[in-house]
Amino acid sequence: MRDLLLAIGLILSTGLSAPAFEVEQERIFGDPDGRELTILSTTDVPAIAPVLEAFASANPDIRIRYMQASSIEVYRAIHDEQAEIDLVMSSAMDLQMKLANDGYAASISPDPGGLPDWARWRDQLFGIGLEPVLTLASRRGLGDLPPPRTRRDLIAMLRENPALFDGRIATYDPQRSGVGYFLISQDSGQSEGFWRLAEVMGRLNGQLYCCSGEMIDDLRAGRITIAYNVVASYAARYAPDDPDLIRLVLEDYTFAILRSALVPVNAPDPKLATDMISFMLTPEAQRIIAASAGVAMIPGTGPRPSVYMRPIRLDAGLLVYSDQLRRDGLLAEWNAAMVQP
Amino acid sequence: MRRPITARPAGFSLRRRLVWQFATLSVLLVVVLFFAVRLAAERASRASQDAVLGAAVIAIGDGIRPVEEGLSVDLPYAAFSMLGAMGSERIFYSLAIGPRLVSGYENLPQPPVAPGDLSPVFYDAPYHDSQLRLAAVTRRVLLDDSLQEVTVVLGQTRNGQAAIARETARSAAWVGIGFLLLAVPMALWAARAVIGPVDLLAGAVTRRGPRDLRPVRHPAPRELVPLVAALNGFISRLHSTLQLTETFIFEAAHRIRTPLSLVRVEAEIALSETDEEETRARLRRMLRAINESSRSASQILDHATVLYRSEQFEPASLDLGQLTACVLRAVDPIAEMREIEIVSSGLDLPCPIQGDERMLEVAIRNILDNALKYSHDEGRITVTLRQSDGRAALLVEDEGRGLAPGDDRLSGRFRRGSNVGDVVGSGLGLTIVEEAATAHGGSFILQSRAEKGACAIFYLPLA
Repeated sequence: MRDLLLAIGLILSTGLSAPAFEVEQERIFGDPDGRELTILSTTDVPAIAPVLEAFASANPDIRIRYMQASSIEVYRAIHDEQAEIDLVMSSAMDLQMKLANDGYAASISPDPGGLPDWARWRDQLFGIGLEPVLTLASRRGLGDLPPPRTRRDLIAMLRENPALFDGRIATYDPQRSGVGYFLISQDSGQSEGFWRLAEVMGRLNGQLYCCSGEMIDDLRAGRITIAYNVVASYAARYAPDDPDLIRLVLEDYTFAILRSALVPVNAPDPKLATDMISFMLTPEAQRIIAASAGVAMIPGTGPRPSVYMRPIRLDAGLLVYSDQLRRDGLLAEWNAAMVQP
Repeated sequence: MRRPITARPAGFSLRRRLVWQFATLSVLLVVVLFFAVRLAAERASRASQDAVLGAAVIAIGDGIRPVEEGLSVDLPYAAFSMLGAMGSERIFYSLAIGPRLVSGYENLPQPPVAPGDLSPVFYDAPYHDSQLRLAAVTRRVLLDDSLQEVTVVLGQTRNGQAAIARETARSAAWVGIGFLLLAVPMALWAARAVIGPVDLLAGAVTRRGPRDLRPVRHPAPRELVPLVAALNGFISRLHSTLQLTETFIFEAAHRIRTPLSLVRVEAEIALSETDEEETRARLRRMLRAINESSRSASQILDHATVLYRSEQFEPASLDLGQLTACVLRAVDPIAEMREIEIVSSGLDLPCPIQGDERMLEVAIRNILDNALKYSHDEGRITVTLRQSDGRAALLVEDEGRGLAPGDDRLSGRFRRGSNVGDVVGSGLGLTIVEEAATAHGGSFILQSRAEKGACAIFYLPLA
């Protein structure tokens, strides 16, 4: 079915000279006849719509063509296909960094507002919002068990209650999801205990998902009990106030990844894209983004990050995660841990 | 008075030349500074960045290990992070076994020489659209039972380094330009400092009196000492030449005067002994000429005396009134002979001055001689000595012909009034008086009186 859809997509794309990369969703904001700003992003439409609408109403002669795609597709579109996109937003920090390093990002000078230094990379990559990576648990699924506070607690809980959690624990599939791969690479670098967790998840027939949304859906439907590594803004959006959902901010560490924006060197309208970035860094836009993520990137625009939170900096070191050899090594390790005989 | 002849300019100004040299030197300095600093900064930043690049490539090399599936590399996050922190550089790397790329960027330039030992090889090469600085190491790994050589290449752009070097050099250039801006006033100041003593010396020499032939003792910088010495040598040669001339004149006048007296006596005797009218007239003309010559000779002697004494000026305390009275007594016989009445006043009051008695005596006698000479027989001469404002004024008024209009400067040597053709005179008398007055720090004025005759005023500072 998937292959068929892909084939149809390919035929359509060649026939209509539509982008060769796979777009999951596309929407137009603002004046249909206005000056076009093309945005390619990993952020799903509902999360960003208020910001785009605010920009469109502030600039009535603008038409925003917003395309949402997976992080790997976003990277491919720019790196391999040099698609004509004005603005690229992605939460896959390593891929964004690689785009900037390999010379695909233009040097721009938006008004950075109160953007902290760690949230930008020179004049090419600009942080747009923090996205905490949480562990979600279903209250019903846990039963009488107390919610774990650390990964150690989580591992112990899983080990002690194999019957309760067998096939009911979920996480990203790093093979399919760029964010998923990035998160396990961060996890593995952060703590040796992560591999123990992976092994436990493997033993319990952990479920692998492509996207946060599906994980949350299954969690709420009661098909799974624990979702490890869920991007918080999804959780906030898909289950704004579900009393069954417990958001666990694990106290040993909780990552916050940075959604970042860049303007490709071949952007048709870099000026407009720069204006868009400036707009997204204004306090009002930041307040919308922080409200959705539950944490503020620019101090003063929303809730402060919890003390357990470790925002990942935009740093040249991120380049190492996109190395093929390293990736192969890490995925081999992951498979060894997850897929058990 | 004649204007001093100025030196012919050599076509350049010392001051301007100095300023130009200074400014040119400064410009040169700025340029040299700019390039020197740029080179140094480039070298320094290149060396430090090479060190980081080398450390990073070694760290990658150390992370290579064989695993069952082939090769495993633990790319060090920290090394990349450090490379990224060095400035806005892009980073490229590749791992290759022989020509086969294992991981990283394709077609990354390979090292010109194979890295032999453990230390990395550095080289520059273009990659795509940028110029890279690269470091490479090789590590031997046992793969599939054979020892394989893995080449690790790590490269970065050096835009930031160039920018830093440019920036550093630019700030150095700004310092240089600041120096240059300072250099112009500094050069002007330096030029003034150099020229200043020369100007001062020139001023000191210019301010000297016409007869001041003392050596220049004005303090002069060491560099000007040869000039001053040359000037002094010249002055002393001039002085001795002048002295020689004056001695010669003095000698000549002295030698002429004695035989002239003899001739006059002889002529007078001859005049008294002959009755022949024609001979008498001839003798009288002869006597007149003799008188003129003898008077000139004695005035030349007087002049020489005044010159000599003003050079060796050694003033003593004396009373101008008494001195004047003394001179009056000496000229009395001549006045009586021509029945000229000399009326004096103020001579009995004490009038203390510092002066050279012999010089002043010569001066006063010349004033009186002059008055007598231009007085009619049975005329009257008034001599008045006054004291006011710390100076003494000796007024000698006659009833003679006075001065012709325009004759206001009669004190030049051998200069005579335009209305005195019929009176014997050398033109030296007033020169003598003025020189004596100047030597004493006084002055001398000769002017026409309102009705008739002339008034000579001889000013001297009171002691």
